[in-house]
Amino acid sequence: MTRSLVVVTAGLSEPSSSRLLGDRLAAATERHLLDAGVEPRLEVIELRAHAVDLANQMLMGFPSTALHASLDAVLAADGVIAVSPIFSGSYSGLFKLFFDAIDRDAFRATPVLIAATGGTPRHSLAIEHAIRPLFAYLRAAVVPTAVYAATEDWGKGAVATDGSLVERIERAATELAAAMAAKPPAAPVDAFADPVPFEDLRQ
Amino acid sequence: MQFGVFTVGDVTPDPITGHAVSEEERIRIMVAVALKAEEIGLDVFATGEHHNVPFVPSSPTTLLGYIAARTTRLHLSTATTLITTNDPVKIAEDYAMLQHLADGRVDLMMGRGNMGPVYPWFGQDLRNAIPLAVENYDLLRRLWREDVVDWEGRFRTPLTGFTSTPRPLDGVPPFVWHGSIRSPEIAEQAAFYGDGFFHNNIFWPSSHVKRMVELYRRRFEHYGHGPANKAIVGLGGHVYMRKNSQDAIREFRPYFDHAPVYGGAMSLEDYMAQTPMTIGSPQQVIDRTLGFREFAGDYQRQLFIADHAGLPLTTVLEQMDILGAEVVPVLRREFEALRPAEVPEGPPLHPRVAASQAVPV
Repeated sequence: MTRSLVVVTAGLSEPSSSRLLGDRLAAATERHLLDAGVEPRLEVIELRAHAVDLANQMLMGFPSTALHASLDAVLAADGVIAVSPIFSGSYSGLFKLFFDAIDRDAFRATPVLIAATGGTPRHSLAIEHAIRPLFAYLRAAVVPTAVYAATEDWGKGAVATDGSLVERIERAATELAAAMAAKPPAAPVDAFADPVPFEDLRQ
Repeated sequence: MQFGVFTVGDVTPDPITGHAVSEEERIRIMVAVALKAEEIGLDVFATGEHHNVPFVPSSPTTLLGYIAARTTRLHLSTATTLITTNDPVKIAEDYAMLQHLADGRVDLMMGRGNMGPVYPWFGQDLRNAIPLAVENYDLLRRLWREDVVDWEGRFRTPLTGFTSTPRPLDGVPPFVWHGSIRSPEIAEQAAFYGDGFFHNNIFWPSSHVKRMVELYRRRFEHYGHGPANKAIVGLGGHVYMRKNSQDAIREFRPYFDHAPVYGGAMSLEDYMAQTPMTIGSPQQVIDRTLGFREFAGDYQRQLFIADHAGLPLTTVLEQMDILGAEVVPVLRREFEALRPAEVPEGPPLHPRVAASQAVPV
């Protein structure tokens, strides 16, 4: 049994702490999936590579080939790890542009782990006040634990002490892996291969 | 195969001079384009329908009726007729009337419009766009085909014993295309009725147009109208030509950069690479247009957008002259040579038009 896991990160620098957090979450989730007998297929999407394409798609209406592939990967994912830096009290504009382009009906019920990074721990609740409602709108199945990593969290050692970043990553990854393993594989509807028959449109 | 031009009737200031034509001038420009189309031997003129500024053509049959009186051969069509917010009864009557005045040189293309607030302005709900397109068109077909109609639906007051007048010319309704850029439901609708399907082929990549046309063709066959390659397909196109392709790009760039419909974001070069737009020499336009059949199959109608984005009338007419003299004659010959014998040459014509076009033996 295989499941696709897609990391979407809106980190701007290279390397970025959002990517770093996404990688740690992905590695922990993969480990828990393997423990549950599930073979993970990992894909990482760096939104910085799509920045211009996302602006173009908003104005022109169609995605570039590369952006199209990333949107399709998210819609076909069995689980998504979404990581944004916190800017001005909320997710970054780049992060929002990408999820604005996601069809909420097609995304419905996808297990999602939400995560964010910031310079200080004072922004940590932005993840609950801004990111969680965004995924509620998209009708995603967001796991209970969200992971916020402030810069100082990266210097607190490798031990999973209560409330540490390592412990929170473990807890969130366990929840995501369990949600992915419990759900039948994603079967995205292709409206072109499988159109709604006209008799149904006429109802 | 039919070739023609279509207009959206936008009043856009010329980005070079800053001059915006008046609504009166804009309407005259649309008429001039239609008359030019007949003069240079094109087959079709199609007008958009809009009920929001900066567009002027809110009353297509008034415009097309005037053009009908000043032409003898040109087919008059729409791009598109708003099947969502117009009363289907009025569409049935208006276009039957136009058929009589134009001796059958009429077909029309159903569409859903380009701006949300038009729906509430006409008492409808945008969220019903597809159900409106489905129900209204179903009624429209019946009004043209049944002399007395009893009808009840969701969106319009019921009809009992209603006869739409005038009846279609010689009892033959106008041929109908369904136009959609991105909704598979509309390709499905066109296929269900065995009507034509038109893709504007301007704003999206060919890979997407291909999926829409393939869906229509496959479902056309599924619904028993004949093999997929006999389905009736039309495509739009956007070209600007000069003998030297660099001149074409240099001249057209300010219009592309400032035209609201192109978003003002992507570069002209990127846009040309990602969509079927061709700005270049007449030969480049010929090659690219012939390439359309590679993703759409052998098709029946090719329309080019003519007057828009603030291009001055003199430039629009020059472009049409190049189209009529250097491009369309070659495309006609080449497409005809490539077309398998069983594929329809063009869309169905009204019997009167077909009779008048028949070559005397």
